[in-house]
Amino acid sequence: MSASPAIRVTGLEKRYGATTAVDGISFQIAPGEVFCLLGPNGAGKTTTIECLEGYRKPDAGEIRVLGMDPQLDETTLRRRIGVQLQEASLPARLRVWEILQLFSVLYERPAVPWELLERLGLEAKRDTYFDKLSGGQKQRLFVALALINEPEVVFLDEITTGLDPRARHSIWELIRGIQNSGTTVVLTTHFMDEAEALADRVAIMKSGRLVANDAPATLIAGVPRGEEVQLHIEGEVDLSAIEAVEGVIGIEPESGGLTARGGGRGWIARLVAAIDGQDAMLVDLSTRRPSLEDVYLQLTGEEEYEPEGTSPEEYEPEDTSPEDGP
Amino acid sequence: MSKLIALTVAQAKLFIREPAAFFFTLIFPLLLIVMFGLVFGNEPGASFPGPFGYVDYSTPAITALIIVSVGLMGIPIQTATARENKILRRFRAAPMRPTTYVGATVVVYYLMSLVGMALTIVVAKALFGLRFGGSWVNVTVAFTLVAGAFFSVGYLIASVASTARIAQVVGQLLFFPMMFLSGAAMPLQIMPEGVRSVAELLPMTHAVKLLQNLWFGQAWGSSTTHILVMLATLAAGLVLSARLFRWE
Repeated sequence: MSASPAIRVTGLEKRYGATTAVDGISFQIAPGEVFCLLGPNGAGKTTTIECLEGYRKPDAGEIRVLGMDPQLDETTLRRRIGVQLQEASLPARLRVWEILQLFSVLYERPAVPWELLERLGLEAKRDTYFDKLSGGQKQRLFVALALINEPEVVFLDEITTGLDPRARHSIWELIRGIQNSGTTVVLTTHFMDEAEALADRVAIMKSGRLVANDAPATLIAGVPRGEEVQLHIEGEVDLSAIEAVEGVIGIEPESGGLTARGGGRGWIARLVAAIDGQDAMLVDLSTRRPSLEDVYLQLTGEEEYEPEGTSPEEYEPEDTSPEDGP
Repeated sequence: MSKLIALTVAQAKLFIREPAAFFFTLIFPLLLIVMFGLVFGNEPGASFPGPFGYVDYSTPAITALIIVSVGLMGIPIQTATARENKILRRFRAAPMRPTTYVGATVVVYYLMSLVGMALTIVVAKALFGLRFGGSWVNVTVAFTLVAGAFFSVGYLIASVASTARIAQVVGQLLFFPMMFLSGAAMPLQIMPEGVRSVAELLPMTHAVKLLQNLWFGQAWGSSTTHILVMLATLAAGLVLSARLFRWE
């Protein structure tokens, strides 16, 4: 961890007219790390990543990618980074192999990396025109172009948006492969499961600011809501008896049962025992552990998600200031 | 240099696979020359005074037509479409100068226009006994000057048009009136006086006359006005498009 960071951002600000898209954020990304920017649409993820890629000029702050300023060393930097843009296309009437051939020259590769096509499962599409590819195939081709120069840092902006589940999972496998080769990966997404599945570290953005920046497991452990158990019950239960069970933090009656939240060793067993002791039958039980989604909803301000009667303690991630509401 | 060549090859493939550009540059001129030849023939003195016939007048005029259609329609539509579809964005991410992309496009359109002229000449010669009284070096130099002028206007249109659709409309609004009024589609000599004085104001008229004068073997000095109009168009197009061009 003592190695110099692959990316260092200090006090980055970007405004569009009166709108502040990125409001003074700072973070570092270590070499080989998979870093995920997560946040709702309009939070500033793409603006941030496009400042890192040199596509946008920051209004304030300092950016170093591989020690270089993206605005000053644009061409040098582009040789060493790979870019997959959220909005990009290629000429409709070029074939997959023609595109790969063209870009290997543009990226100064000694030879066309045909093995990339195989790795990305596109070898059967070699002769297909770009506009005849499916959404998932186009995305895989863009990943191929982002990797064509064996970059030290690769940027992937909302790479799975609009893809079906199978295509998404094949892209995930690709990203894991990139990570295993030691490349630093910066990705943005608004899919929680994607961030949880891929990222070593997740930074959550809201209204241009970072409201969290940590490993997914650490972020989840910081959620004070505990585990959640959904119970399907036939018959009447005395809710006060269930609320009194040791370890239960809160309950929420629903039609055909209730949802209980709680924690501590053996609390679910005690909960089940308390229902069995009454004139009711437990039909089904499912548990849900807190996920990144709970962290996300809490930090990006979905207050209605919190059930009534509970006031979870304020979550304060380390190294970042909590969001001040506008 | 290898980047310019690779991009030029890719752009040439795209040109050949794009039916509209292919038609206007390579097929439409042949249809015109065959039609003119069949209708008017190529007898000297029949249509115009002097030793040249209708097809001899039309071939350099159609050459101008090819260049102007590429400049005012081909280049702006292709460039604005690539920008609108975010294709230019993806190319910008690669380590190359933006001028390399523009350079490759210009080379392809220039060569395709030359091919269009060559095909027209071959057909006019074979079917109607085309006559040529000038020097190929001079005609090629004039061809290049006209291409520079109208290609730079094409980039100007691509710069000011916010969408591909607008680029297409602007290009067509400039192209079609000039096609009919410049003497490229029909000779100005058969037009009424009023139309001819309007035609004098159009840059394409000067392109047609410059190419015809050199085709018939007249000296450069006889085309000073036409050369100046071409140079002025080139300068205006270059300066404005360099200032206004946007990649996104």
